[in-house]
Amino acid sequence: MVHFTAEEKKAVASLWARVNVEEAGGESLGRLLIVYPWTQRFFDSFGNLCSESAIMGNPKVKAHGRKVLTTFGNAIKHMDDLKGTFAHLSELHCDKLHVDPENFRLLGNMILIVLASHFSKEFTPQMQAAWQKLTDAVANALAHKYH
Amino acid sequence: MVLAAADRAAVRALWLKLGSNVGVYTTEALERTFLAFPSTKTYFLQLDLSPGSAQVRDHGQKVADALTLAVDNLDDLPGALSALRELHAHKLRVDPVSFKLLAHCLLVTLARHYPGDFSPAMQASLDKFLSHVISALAPNCR
Repeated sequence: MVHFTAEEKKAVASLWARVNVEEAGGESLGRLLIVYPWTQRFFDSFGNLCSESAIMGNPKVKAHGRKVLTTFGNAIKHMDDLKGTFAHLSELHCDKLHVDPENFRLLGNMILIVLASHFSKEFTPQMQAAWQKLTDAVANALAHKYH
Repeated sequence: MVLAAADRAAVRALWLKLGSNVGVYTTEALERTFLAFPSTKTYFLQLDLSPGSAQVRDHGQKVADALTLAVDNLDDLPGALSALRELHAHKLRVDPVSFKLLAHCLLVTLARHYPGDFSPAMQASLDKFLSHVISALAPNCR
């Protein structure tokens, strides 16, 4: 089980309070679909994903990005029990959505890049280390129920 | 495998903009890598890795020089980086996953310092460039 120190929890929470979930969620998912185009395989029903502007402007991408990042906010409230928090979503992503868990790590890295670009001053190496630990732990929690 | 023209143009343009500061950003990327991915420190037992370390700064500059060499030789990365491949793959025997971790931290660093330039397309070009560099550093005989 991953253990977060009090400082790590405080750092994550302090930055999270300032995140625009709608914007950051849409941007993170958009970047994933652009930088790693094979991830588009899970989003056939999303319509036009043909270009950078199509992806970043796609309302379904924005909505789904917001949904994903909102769930992330839930993770931040339950950093001591991520496996329990994500058990149901893990089953969903394995049994129904058939998503390779590597994609969770990639999306986590996109979230970090978005945070770095929006919060230059705050996203110190220490802040990144705390958030990296969180995104990696969430990715593992989402992979935990795979069989 | 060769980088597409649009990606090359994007990377070269960014490198011009970074100018003589590449070393500053590669050093920050190294610091981030050591903090976020402590397993990478196992390759640097002989270095002082404390914050602000001159040795990390020196190594950061070496990485910067290597990346600049790569940017200047996009037509033949394996050729240009052959000495570095020999060093990292055969002498130091670095797990290639570690290069990916450093590459990720470099992207985070550049996103932080150049948010206006770090469009998704730019990120994609840089990501591909760094993947090519990492491939060129992988062992060529196993």
